[in-house]
Amino acid sequence: MHHYVGLIVLFPLIGLIVNGLFGRHIRSERVVGWIGSLAVGIPFLVAAAILYGMLGSPVEERSNTVTLFTWIAAGSFQVNAAYQVDQLSILMTLIVTGVGFLIHVYSIGYMHGDRGFWRFFTYLNLFIFAMLNLVLADNYVLMFLGWEGVGLCSYLLIGFWYEKKFAGTSITWTGDAANKAFWVNRIGDFAFMLGMFLIFREFGSLTFSTVMDSASSLAPGNSTMFWITLLLFIGATGKSAQIPLFVWLPDAMAGPTPVSALIHAATMVTAGVYMVARNSLLYALAPDTMMIVAVIGALTAIVAASIGLAQNDIKKVLAYSTVSQLGYMFLALGVGAFTAGIFHVMTHAFFKACLFLGSGSVIHAMHEEQDIRKMGGLAPVMPKTYYTFLISSFAIAGFPPLSGFFSKDEILWSAFSQGSVLLWAVGALAALMTAFYMFRMVTLTFLGTPRWAKDKHPHESPPTMTIPLIVLAFLAVTGGFLGIPAALGGGNALHHWLHPVFERALDRLPTAHEYSHMTEYLFMLVSVVIGVSGFWFGRKIYLANPDADDTFAAKAGGVFRTLSRKYYIDEGYMRGIVNPLVATSDRFLSRVVDTALIDGFVNGLAKVTASFSGVLRLVQTGVVQSYASMIVVGLLLVLGLILLG
Amino acid sequence: MIPISHYLILSAVMFTIGCAGVLTRRNAIIIFMCIELMLNSVNLTFVAFSAYLGDSAGQIIVFFVMAVAAAEAAVGLAIVLALFRNKKSVDINDVNILKW
Amino acid sequence: MTFETILFYVLALAGIVSALLVITRRNPMHAALFLIVNFVALAGIYLTLHAQFVAITQVLVYAGAIMVLVLFVIMLLNLQNEQDLFEKRSWRSYSGPILSLLLLALLLRTVAFVSGGSFDRISPESERIGTVANIGQQLFTAFVFPFEMASLLLLAAMVGAVILAKKRFP
Repeated sequence: MHHYVGLIVLFPLIGLIVNGLFGRHIRSERVVGWIGSLAVGIPFLVAAAILYGMLGSPVEERSNTVTLFTWIAAGSFQVNAAYQVDQLSILMTLIVTGVGFLIHVYSIGYMHGDRGFWRFFTYLNLFIFAMLNLVLADNYVLMFLGWEGVGLCSYLLIGFWYEKKFAGTSITWTGDAANKAFWVNRIGDFAFMLGMFLIFREFGSLTFSTVMDSASSLAPGNSTMFWITLLLFIGATGKSAQIPLFVWLPDAMAGPTPVSALIHAATMVTAGVYMVARNSLLYALAPDTMMIVAVIGALTAIVAASIGLAQNDIKKVLAYSTVSQLGYMFLALGVGAFTAGIFHVMTHAFFKACLFLGSGSVIHAMHEEQDIRKMGGLAPVMPKTYYTFLISSFAIAGFPPLSGFFSKDEILWSAFSQGSVLLWAVGALAALMTAFYMFRMVTLTFLGTPRWAKDKHPHESPPTMTIPLIVLAFLAVTGGFLGIPAALGGGNALHHWLHPVFERALDRLPTAHEYSHMTEYLFMLVSVVIGVSGFWFGRKIYLANPDADDTFAAKAGGVFRTLSRKYYIDEGYMRGIVNPLVATSDRFLSRVVDTALIDGFVNGLAKVTASFSGVLRLVQTGVVQSYASMIVVGLLLVLGLILLG
Repeated sequence: MIPISHYLILSAVMFTIGCAGVLTRRNAIIIFMCIELMLNSVNLTFVAFSAYLGDSAGQIIVFFVMAVAAAEAAVGLAIVLALFRNKKSVDINDVNILKW
Repeated sequence: MTFETILFYVLALAGIVSALLVITRRNPMHAALFLIVNFVALAGIYLTLHAQFVAITQVLVYAGAIMVLVLFVIMLLNLQNEQDLFEKRSWRSYSGPILSLLLLALLLRTVAFVSGGSFDRISPESERIGTVANIGQQLFTAFVFPFEMASLLLLAAMVGAVILAKKRFP
């Protein structure tokens, strides 16, 4: 079955071409929308068929490479357009196409009546195409192509409503937000490229299997491995919004909500997690980087979660929540629980996509209002949105037996058993904050008395929007059953499925301490208590007083303001990095280096040439006879050289 | 019998005379005629070699040279006509706009 | 001294003298007439080489067609003598003859290489290859493609001449 992997990538490409070239002339929104959706839906079915084929074959035969054509051949360096179909990539493909399909269908309803309807679906298909190349690539170069491709789509879609205003630090319209995302990602991409070069220098190849085979003979603690993995991780911090490069993601909410759901929650931002997991063996050989990954992950989780406590824009809350959840994933990868990280990628894709789409439904109903302080009491008006949103909130807060409970608990347990108590404590605190801000948001948005203006008439969204919500909510409930831990009597199917991919990496990691099931139960109980208390406080405080934020601001003004201003990180970057860079560019690079030195050199060269030619052009008299004389002189020289020389 | 070198010397002398004419004369039509002179001296070389080596290719080439010369005469004289019409002169020193 | 030898030297002398007269006459009409003399002399020299076809074409095409065209243009333009040839001397009127003499020296040096063997006497084949029959056969068999190209060239030249000589450029 794996031979058909090319089809998975082909369909989004077809959709992209059809909608991109002819979409403008297709009058019917439905046709455009369904072309775009099916271009993602059919690959999902193909991927499912491939998965079925893999389930029916023995473990050793599940990983295959399909080479389509030779892309770059230069001497001994060869890069193929080849797709690696294995347990990890097919899982990612299913997530990308499955969630992607639902979000495409949702967009048909959400983008109804938009001037750039066909453009939107073209970009979405382009994104899916690039993302599939990223996850299916069998080498770093093709992966990088997808990596840059999704970055481009992210840029295009953040600035999709390019004439719209968008407020932020040094940001006045959506184009600024798109530029910010692009530039911040560039830093990470540059590091990724450096890592790639280092890999090529070290292993002489950029194909995953070759690199991994050569790497498996190395001993852990190699300094080159440290730099390779660190550079790749810096690449991941850009794409996956980790400290210190996470600042672009909250501003990426300038894009349409389905984009936030698809690119900035479910798929693209998890590319970094996937990339680290794909290189798990290299990371296992660099324990120092693993430590950095874990610490950065935990820090991001708690910093982003705490900022999320004080945000009032419904999408901003979800954005910081995404950053925080991505932090969890890196925490898992850092302590060596690769499966747990990928598990959380999957469950997070379900519930976060559902939450974003739900928020989109709310924004749609409130006529582009995003401030949760101006909502309230929407539950009776839009029950489907409310209940799916609520279920997903429970899932992200870690209520058993919803999906978020299993994945988050596995991460926290790994952080404790394979990492340290400190990492666990940070993660647990972030989980408490997560539950709190989620239910603060649910309460402010859906419960209590309506605070919206009388002229607004909220309504439930059309079926193209609610059906994806229901499907995603269902997945958010059931998705966790793939990874029920052994302590609860589950088989942890996902763990066994992915084990062959991470086998060599896990062999090189120190074995985890063995703890009794009692300890594990205790930690689960703590997780549940954390989730429930966050839920209880968030609901109680904000149900009783929707303006509780004002009370906090009055009592702990400094702390509250720091949180709502995002620790002044954006301001710090502006003052510490951007402004000095701009000033240096303007005053030194532009005026001194460019204008004086480079222009001076180039213009000087031109002037010297001009003055020489001023002399030389006197030879060009315009009289044909003098040219003929020169021909004869040349003839004489040639003849003389031959005869006398 | 006459050795071939005599023919070749005659050809060289005529070629040089034509060349000197091209380089010194200022009347465009005379320059044109000097070019014909040079072409003819080359034709003589071709024919001489053709006869001494017993190869007919030399005379065939002379035929083509004549065809080219005829074409050149037609176009060249048309250019001289157009030139005269614009400049009221056929002195090539008056035609020096082919610069800079 | 056979008759042919004497004929060659007489014709060669006529050719060189007429060529010198071509480049020294101030009146273009005189120059053109001496050029015709030169062409006829060359046609005679071709005959000493048994090149009958070339000799005939030389008279027909050069002395006939081309020179008639030249004379026609000279008369049409009513050209006067080159009055100021010796008044406005430029560096070219000195450099031209010097360069030409240098060129002649080198060319004669080249001619010195060609001697001995078959270069001493005319090939017996020459009586056959110079005939109209042989040249015609060669032109329409081995050289048929260049022959057709030459006809295209003449057509193009004709069109070009008509366009250039028109009163006003479109």
